[in-house]
Amino acid sequence: MAIYRSHVLVCGGTGCTSSKSVLIKERFEEKIKEINLDKEIQVVLTGCFGLCEQGPIVIVYPEGTFYSKMSLDRVDEIVSEHLNKGRIVKKYVYHETDEDTEKVKALADIDFYKKQKRVALRNCGVINPENINEYIARDGYLALGKVLTEMTPEEVIKLVKDSGLKGRGGAGFSTGMKWSFAAPNKADQKYVICNADEGDPGAFMDRSVLEGDPHAVLEAMAISGYAIGATKGFIYVRAEYPIAVHRLEIAIEQAKDLGLLGKNLFGSDFDFDVEIRLGAGAFVCGEETALMQSIEGYRGMSRNKPPFPAVKGLWGKPTIINNVETLANVPQIIINGPEWFKSFGTEKSPGTKVFALGGKINNTGLVEVPMGTTLREVIYDIGGGCPNGRAFKAVQTGGPSGGCLVKDHLDTEIDYDNLTALGSMMGSGGMIVMDEDNCMVDIARFFLDFTVDESCGKCTPCREGTKRMLEILDKISEGKGTMEDLDRLENLAQTIKDTALCGLGQTAPNPVLSTIRYFKDEYLAHIVDKTCPAGVCKKLLKYNITADCKGCTKCARICPVGAITGKVKELHVIDQNKCIKCGACMDACSFHAIIRK
Amino acid sequence: MQKGLCVKEKENEFRRLKEFIESKKETQGIMMQTLQEAQNIFGYLPIEVQKFIADETGIPLAEVYGVVTFYTQFSVTPKGKHKIGVCLGTACYVKGAQLILDKLSKELGINVGATTEDNLFTLEATRCLGCCGLAPVMMIDDEVYGKLETKQIPEIIAKYRG
Repeated sequence: MAIYRSHVLVCGGTGCTSSKSVLIKERFEEKIKEINLDKEIQVVLTGCFGLCEQGPIVIVYPEGTFYSKMSLDRVDEIVSEHLNKGRIVKKYVYHETDEDTEKVKALADIDFYKKQKRVALRNCGVINPENINEYIARDGYLALGKVLTEMTPEEVIKLVKDSGLKGRGGAGFSTGMKWSFAAPNKADQKYVICNADEGDPGAFMDRSVLEGDPHAVLEAMAISGYAIGATKGFIYVRAEYPIAVHRLEIAIEQAKDLGLLGKNLFGSDFDFDVEIRLGAGAFVCGEETALMQSIEGYRGMSRNKPPFPAVKGLWGKPTIINNVETLANVPQIIINGPEWFKSFGTEKSPGTKVFALGGKINNTGLVEVPMGTTLREVIYDIGGGCPNGRAFKAVQTGGPSGGCLVKDHLDTEIDYDNLTALGSMMGSGGMIVMDEDNCMVDIARFFLDFTVDESCGKCTPCREGTKRMLEILDKISEGKGTMEDLDRLENLAQTIKDTALCGLGQTAPNPVLSTIRYFKDEYLAHIVDKTCPAGVCKKLLKYNITADCKGCTKCARICPVGAITGKVKELHVIDQNKCIKCGACMDACSFHAIIRK
Repeated sequence: MQKGLCVKEKENEFRRLKEFIESKKETQGIMMQTLQEAQNIFGYLPIEVQKFIADETGIPLAEVYGVVTFYTQFSVTPKGKHKIGVCLGTACYVKGAQLILDKLSKELGINVGATTEDNLFTLEATRCLGCCGLAPVMMIDDEVYGKLETKQIPEIIAKYRG
């Protein structure tokens, strides 16, 4: 293997790829070749670095210089200054504030990374995910080797059980327990499935693991297969993740070539094979029974449990289904032992959790922190708080199945039990921050609109109930709601929670219940005062013309319903009874004289 | 009404699909893969294609149709030349994706889910595209447009009309 004096790591995650990081990588290679340094400097496309807000990101080693918001022009300067002459280009280095532009901080000292502990993401942004040798150099497939040559399946299950690892996909069920249910069942064929149908809008940790460290998932699947006696694995991944699918295909191919997947792994009599199956855009397929239906080639509709998949799963055979992030922890646990894993996090929820920070937050991106870290640390210390000096209002966790948490909860230690107690849930780890400009009735409506659309339609509470809830919320957001509607909404929510068939329906009312719980005043403002305090709900907005109006008549001419009147060079007026709130006047006004409130 | 598909004109496409189905004879649960391949070949899944799949695989047509209409990825109507997908994931939504979608709908004169009369654009609201750092985001074909503001929309659309 060639030795290089410098490495240029270019982020190849979906966020940075969307802002053309592949072109940046090519430009680096081209420019480095021009000055004949291509034997000394290697350019690598890696997985996600996490700080997506600052993308495209480039890190130069051995210095660990963190260049942010890269562009092709900047590449040229960095190659000629930094790589050729050894002078770091300070002006392009990532700075936490606008004042400290002279300081160059090492990666580990940047606030965004300081409080993080990377276990599931340990290789993301470090290795080239399309080269199995880089994974092996980072102890890859060591755990599989250890398991196959030194341990019995029972010992593997006990070790995972002892570590206290819980499913990172949402419900938080003990992974070791799950495996132990499937292991004793006798069958001619058993299956393991990796659930990579990451549907929670705003959560992208599973995608980042698949894109940045695909072999960790394959290795863990083989380990789980050995533990329960399965020789066949499926990865069910969203078709919307083309980069992840592509890298998985490469990874499977390379692992097969090296005999790390296939027959007689590590000279044992254990065979294991993995196949990729693509989803087709159905949120409910993240639910395990629906997911199996989809793999079998049917409509992805969930069914009653029991029988649990561990007894009767894919094609009626014992099956275990684990989420991507859960699996990414497994090889580390095998190598370092359960005590090491338990040294992070809380007693009941050991280990770390990856969160996708998004919405109204300065450092949008992917963070991995020990369980028990407070919301304040994640949102302020790591996330940098809300942009533009706006006030923090709420954070939504758990996506369409979760709820919102407010200012008073900022010092809550994040773990499964604490979040559930507050009416939200861990979910897959999406964390959407909202500021004072977001209307909570509108957010509840948004999530319900999502679940109505994604309900598989099998059970009545979910199919009909969520639809009725959405209608009531529509009414409220249009200013036509009554106090009885609010009671009806809560009643209906409780009934759906108690009676829906699967997790999707049982959790669908959560966003509504939690917004009513913490933002009742906002609901009342919509119902009683017929106003939307955040200025979001269209039907409750009013357009008005201010004294800045120059009387140019542009708005009057553009108004589709003739609601604006006024003489040339005089203040114009909007007739509120005629106005349809289309906003055309506001777009047209050159003097910013029309306001919406 | 679905537009009919002239089976004769598409002989090559049907042959490709048949070859795919035959190559997967030994694989369990091939319905989804077959439909995905068929959509790649034809661009959409008209009833003629569904019938063909039913005949070739022995799966009842009703079941094929059931699966096609269950998943949002599959379409039974043809799409415009350029597909515009506005991300309505939560991160984009709280940053005003709905306003972007409304603006596009106005600019193109079509509702969400529809195709323009000249078959140039299909406007869709998509699930989370996963580039939340660039919110609000839209995709036109394979091109991603991030940190969008409504005022940029006419200019971007004009580029594709050009």
